[in-house]
Order: sequence, then structure tokens, then C-alpha cells
Amino acid sequence: MLDHWHDGYSGMSTILKIDNLRVEYRRRELGQPINVAVNGINLAVETGEVFGFLGPNGAGKTTTMNVLLGFVNPTSGSCALFGVDTRQPIARQRIGFLPELTYYYKFLSAEEILRFYAKIFRIPAGEVESRISEVLKLVELDNVRKRPIKSYSKGMQQRVGLAQALINKPDLLILDEPTSGLDPVGRMKVREIIQRLKEEGKTVFFSSHELGEVETVCDRVGIMCAGQLKEQGAVADLRQRYQCDLERVFLKVIGYQPAHG
Amino acid sequence: MNNALAISTIVIKELSRRKDFYVLFIMTAIITLLMGSVNFFNLQGISKYLKEICLLLIWISSLAIALATTARQIPAERENRTIFPLLAKPVTRWEVVVGKFLGCWFACGLALGLFYLFFGALALTREGQFQLGGVFQAWWLHWSMLAIVVAMTLLGSVVFAAPSSNVTIVFLGVASILLLGRYLHKIAVSMTEPGQTLLSICYFAMPHLEFFDVRDTLIHEWSVPWWACGVASLYACCYTLFFLVATWVVFRRQALN
Ligand SMILES: Nc1ncnc2c1ncn2[C@@H]1O[C@H](COP(=O)(O)OP(=O)(O)OP(=O)(O)O)[C@@H](O)[C@H]1O
Ligand SMILES: [Mg+2]
Repeated sequence: MLDHWHDGYSGMSTILKIDNLRVEYRRRELGQPINVAVNGINLAVETGEVFGFLGPNGAGKTTTMNVLLGFVNPTSGSCALFGVDTRQPIARQRIGFLPELTYYYKFLSAEEILRFYAKIFRIPAGEVESRISEVLKLVELDNVRKRPIKSYSKGMQQRVGLAQALINKPDLLILDEPTSGLDPVGRMKVREIIQRLKEEGKTVFFSSHELGEVETVCDRVGIMCAGQLKEQGAVADLRQRYQCDLERVFLKVIGYQPAHG
Repeated sequence: MNNALAISTIVIKELSRRKDFYVLFIMTAIITLLMGSVNFFNLQGISKYLKEICLLLIWISSLAIALATTARQIPAERENRTIFPLLAKPVTRWEVVVGKFLGCWFACGLALGLFYLFFGALALTREGQFQLGGVFQAWWLHWSMLAIVVAMTLLGSVVFAAPSSNVTIVFLGVASILLLGRYLHKIAVSMTEPGQTLLSICYFAMPHLEFFDVRDTLIHEWSVPWWACGVASLYACCYTLFFLVATWVVFRRQALN
């Protein structure tokens, strides 16, 4: 059944596929124009790839991810994860997702929230505690694991988000601005985590505004602007094609004109 | 079911940590005082009257607790964006609806159990007798009725934007069913068409919450046959299921942002 899903070359298979996706937001008030957040994008991410999803504010990155997770319904087009339409919850068993603005149940502590999510993933009881300790150590929240989340700083909450995204040892990670709100060490850490996951053969699809970091960890990037995917390709290819670094490529693609010369 | 239960424990944890249960202690204190004053007055008939006030208070506060806890569940998840990491897991929206329902309903049952326990204990100390069966029946029927109310509130919380308007509308609905429900049919008969048909349809379609009100039997120490309790539970089950499915139908395809 999944045969058509394999592209045939070099054993690679598509893990995330977006087909002609269009998302419109209709305003409640009459007479308001329809807001097209995503305008017909096509995208495929292969197993084992680290894909950087770039674009200026309001480009439609978060909206695309929300469709991938089934939070927002596409106006037309479709998305599939592991070959399963994203509207089916089973598509999410092997996924770790970090939402853009991370909020968790404030009255729970980090370990309680992870225990809750572990239960939902049906992680065997004997493994739960060691798994929780492992991810909490990874995001360096081990020493505050019993404190309620409402007492955490913004960066610490972001780390909780990362921990919950990793609790089920996902094959595909979808991270919406994983480094936002983190200190330089925290960012470095996230970069290391992404790199390690890649070495383990996991697939990472993440959005970011930190082009330096994208350049170091990504295999491929896609650049969105005003709801359209303007450019995509391997980082090295893009650099060669445009004869400049990723930041310049980005600015060129989104059509930014420098003020001075 | 595993997921729904996990979600319901989170609901109960939140309620206990948000100290919402303090209302309970105030309520039990009031019941204690009321029942405690029975001997003080030492008048014929006053004990029945005080029991009636107690049970009325229990009814009002149980409705307040059910509405207040349920109405904000799903809206708060959306507002605080905690629904995103939750639904990014292999959880269906049906499981979220059922989990929220179970959590709120269990919490209400606990609170209600406490109320009736105090009521029974005080009746025992003041009057020297305690109808265990009767109090248990009253609790069970009351709790079954709250299942319908909680499910209705859950439906309201995905239909109306603001929890406050949801609470107001559901409260008015529940109160009018409790107060007018049993007379609606009689009113219908005395009306002309099409009012008669419309009102009759209302009468037959609405959940008759007043069936579950056995305050009078408890006060006068009559009892309800157990088979009637069973039928009432089944009746509550059907309406609860109906409202939960309706909630899911609305919530299923709702965009979350
Ligand atoms: N709930 C909504 N209702 C109406 N319009 C929305 C809604 N959410 C997003 N939009 C619009 O959709 C467009 C894309 O927004 P989106 O959040 O996807 O951008 P983004 O690429 O994630 O930006 P950022 O880098 O700032 O996070 C924007 O024009 C935004 O105004
Ligand atoms: Mg965004």
C-alpha cells in the first residue's frame, strides 16, 4: 500500500509531503478580504533529512505546520506524514512537535507533564521514568523537574517543549522556531540535539529565523514568502547558484532591496 | 479510553491545585451550621424545613460547581495553547471531549458525595436515624443528572465563544427545565396550534432533569424503587452520550487558532 510512496531512487522515501496546499483565513466581519496564508505550496521532505523552513514574519510557516498537525484544515490540497493523511491521528504517533509559542499546563511540573504525554504515547511503564530523566537531562531541566511550570522562565518553558517533543523518540520532528527565547548556550544545545538526531537517522523539519544556525545544520531549505514557496534546495546548491551566503540568498529571494546601494 | 482517562486525571489535578475545592469546605460548613441548629430550635417540623434548605443549597452549589468547572475546560486549553502539544500527540478530539467530561464529572461526584455524606451524618446525629439507601439514591440520581449538565456545558463551550455566555445560557436552560419541565406538557395542552405542537416537541425532546430531583422523598423519608433508579441512570446515559457526540461533531473540524 505504501509502495507508491517510495520514490524509487537510493532507497529514500518521502516522510512529509505537501501537495498544492492552500489555506485561507476568513474574517468574521463581513466585507473583509479573505486572507490567504498559504498559497499553493508543494514540498517533500525525505527520510533522514534536516529541512529548514524559512521565511519572513507572516510568511505562512506556522500555518503550514498547523495543517501538518491537523489543527487547521486546508482550504484545498493535502498533506501527508508517513504516507498517512494528516487528518488522521495515527499520523502523529511517530512525531515530535514543538509549537511556536510554548505553553504547558502551568500547575504541573516538568516531570508530571512528561509522564502525562508518555501515557498518551503508551510508553511501557518500565521505561517511562528513565525516558523522562533522559530528556530532562538533555534539555537541562533535571534540577527543576519537580517545580511547577508556572515558576519557569520563558527559555525553560521552551525547553519543556523540546523535552515533550522528544519523549516518544520520534522519527520525525516538527519544530516551530525551536531556538526562540533560548540563550546562546541553549541554542547551541538545540543545534547539537538536531545534529545528533540526524546522525540517528531521524528527520527534522523546522522553522527558524536564525540563518547562521540553519546554514550549519540543514541539508535543504525552503524559503517562503507571502504564502508561496519561492525557493528550495540544498544549502550548498543555493549558495553556489546565488554566489553568496544563505542570509543574502534569503534576502534576494524575498525581494529585499537594501536601503543603501 | 486510556487517553481519555489520562486527560481526565489532568482535569482533576488542575481543579485540586487551583484550590477550587475550597468552595466545598465553605458549603459543608454552612450545611453543618444549618443542621446543627435543628436541636437549637427544637420545634416540630423545623427539622424538615432545614433539611429542605440544605438540599436546595446542595442542588444550587452542585450546579454552580458543574458549570464553573466544565465551561472553561476547552476554551482555556485553546486560550493557553495547551491544546496544541496535546493534539500533536496521537489523541483524537473525541478522546479530548470524553476526557474533559470524565474529569469534570468525577470531580462533581466527589464534591456531591461530600455534601451528601455531611447531610447524612448530620441527620444521624440530630435525629438519631440515617437512611443510607435513601441518601445513596439521592446522590446517585443527582450525580447522573450532573452528567447531562456537564455534557451540555461541554457542548456549549465549543459552540459559544465566551465561557461566561455559555454558563449563563446553560444555567438558564437547566434552571427552567428543573422549574418548569414538569408543567410544560400541561401548558402545551392548554395552548392553540402551532404553539401546542412546538411545546410538546420541546417537552418530549428535552432532558427531564427534574426526574432526578428526589429531594422530597429524602425529606419525607420515602424511598424510590431501585428499578426506577436504574431507568433514570439509563435515561441520563442516553442524553449524556447525545450531548457528547454533539460536542465532538462541532469540535471535530474546528480550526484551532
Ligand atoms: N487565526 C488567524 N486568522 C487570520 N489570519 C491568520 C491567523 N493566523 C495567521 N494568520 C495570517 O496568516 C499569515 C501567515 O501567518 P503565520 O503565523 O503562518 O506566519 P509565520 O510564517 O509563522 O510568521 P512568524 O515568523 O512571525 O512566526 C499571516 O498573514 C497571518 O496574519
Ligand atoms: Mg510562525
